[in-house]
Amino acid sequence: MSRDAWAGTDVLSILDFSRADIETLLKEASTFADNPKSAKKSLKDEIVATAFFEPSTRTRLSFSAAALRLGAKVIDLSPDVSSVLKGESLADTIRMLDGYSDLIVIRHPSEGAALLASEVATVPVINGGDGSQHHPSQAMLDLFTVKRLMGRIDGLNYAVVGDIRYARSAASLLYGLSKFKPGSVHLISPESLRPRDEVRDTLLKLGLKTDQLANLDDVIADVDVIYLTRIQKERFPDPNEYEKVKGSYRITKSSLARAKKGSIVLHALPRTNELAYEVDSLPSAAYMKQARFGVPVRMALLDLVLGGSTR
Amino acid sequence: MSEEETMLVQKISDGTVIDHIAAGKALSVLRLLGNPENRGVTVALVANVQSSKMGKKDILKVEGVELSDEQVQKLALIAPLASVNIIRSYRVLQKKNAVPPKTLVGVLGCKAATCVSVREKDSVSSIFTLVSSNPLVYQCKYCGRDLTGQEISAQLG
Repeated sequence: MSRDAWAGTDVLSILDFSRADIETLLKEASTFADNPKSAKKSLKDEIVATAFFEPSTRTRLSFSAAALRLGAKVIDLSPDVSSVLKGESLADTIRMLDGYSDLIVIRHPSEGAALLASEVATVPVINGGDGSQHHPSQAMLDLFTVKRLMGRIDGLNYAVVGDIRYARSAASLLYGLSKFKPGSVHLISPESLRPRDEVRDTLLKLGLKTDQLANLDDVIADVDVIYLTRIQKERFPDPNEYEKVKGSYRITKSSLARAKKGSIVLHALPRTNELAYEVDSLPSAAYMKQARFGVPVRMALLDLVLGGSTR
Repeated sequence: MSEEETMLVQKISDGTVIDHIAAGKALSVLRLLGNPENRGVTVALVANVQSSKMGKKDILKVEGVELSDEQVQKLALIAPLASVNIIRSYRVLQKKNAVPPKTLVGVLGCKAATCVSVREKDSVSSIFTLVSSNPLVYQCKYCGRDLTGQEISAQLG
């Protein structure tokens, strides 16, 4: 996909993009990351609408910051104080935003909500997370972080740790890695948090080889990127199932003692008790940098989709 | 059908004979066809007939009704091996095999409570695409989850 071909594209899943597309995005994001304040106000005539039906700190604010850095205006739907509370359907809500803006960023607890929004809207839709399914911009910024900090994505060994069943960031990262040539990819989780059938089937179709392990310690000495996920308490159909796995894994300084030299720890955040605060002081702790890269990556995404730099 | 099978119920002059329905599924097929017997249509149901291909099978004869292509496609959802004979003047006018449709709109419901097609069902039609005919598997367009033939039968039956 050339730069021009990004224009007007819906961004629903990282699966919809090729390696070349992603590399185009990462290259542009790199320019913005070097100096975000000096970015040309390429989107000064655009309005970006954010519609977050689930809590968010990083995705919502970094999309807003990215839009503002590029000179766009941002309008925000607050489901708590909008007609959503009166029972307005998602489709009608999106129709309104479609009339008021030039691009919609949506997060919703239902899988497929962003796809539905894209079917209703005439303007591009970016999926800011739909249930446990996709979170493409998170995967893009995760890949950007790896490239930026490790110099490459290919050939590295990855361990995705924790709730791979419900964490859309984990599934999206794995889909993203399938576009590249990683070394080994280990999935490390309690049995009940292993990938859902449809994720496992998709990975098989994509040809991404993974192995399923119970303990990070078994492979930590050989892993370059440790990608940790929070247990997605809000997505468990049965609270008792959450109670069974709560606290079943935790990364601490001592658990990283045998980690490979030069390896990094990533986390889409927010963290709960799976990531000890004492890890923050280690050179491998890269999750705060990762969160900050959300702005340049989303600047690149908005700029490419809205065709800012081509004007 | 063999001569022995046809002995069980008389031949129909005009209508449809549906053969090779899995044993026990004939009532589900009738429901899928909108229960024509409730509209005064003569229906003959032969259950648990010996079959060399299937072990046991059910057969339906529906007098005076010719199944449309769309109905035959839907039939494939619960009776994927079914063969459909359209009868006129006691002769087989046309044979149709049940072929599962590539796309199903508003026919099946997603099994995931968190799928947008379930949560927003008043404003969204479910859409399923065929993944595999044998075994029968459909995939929800919105959440990517699969429905198996057994789950589809349970919904439609």
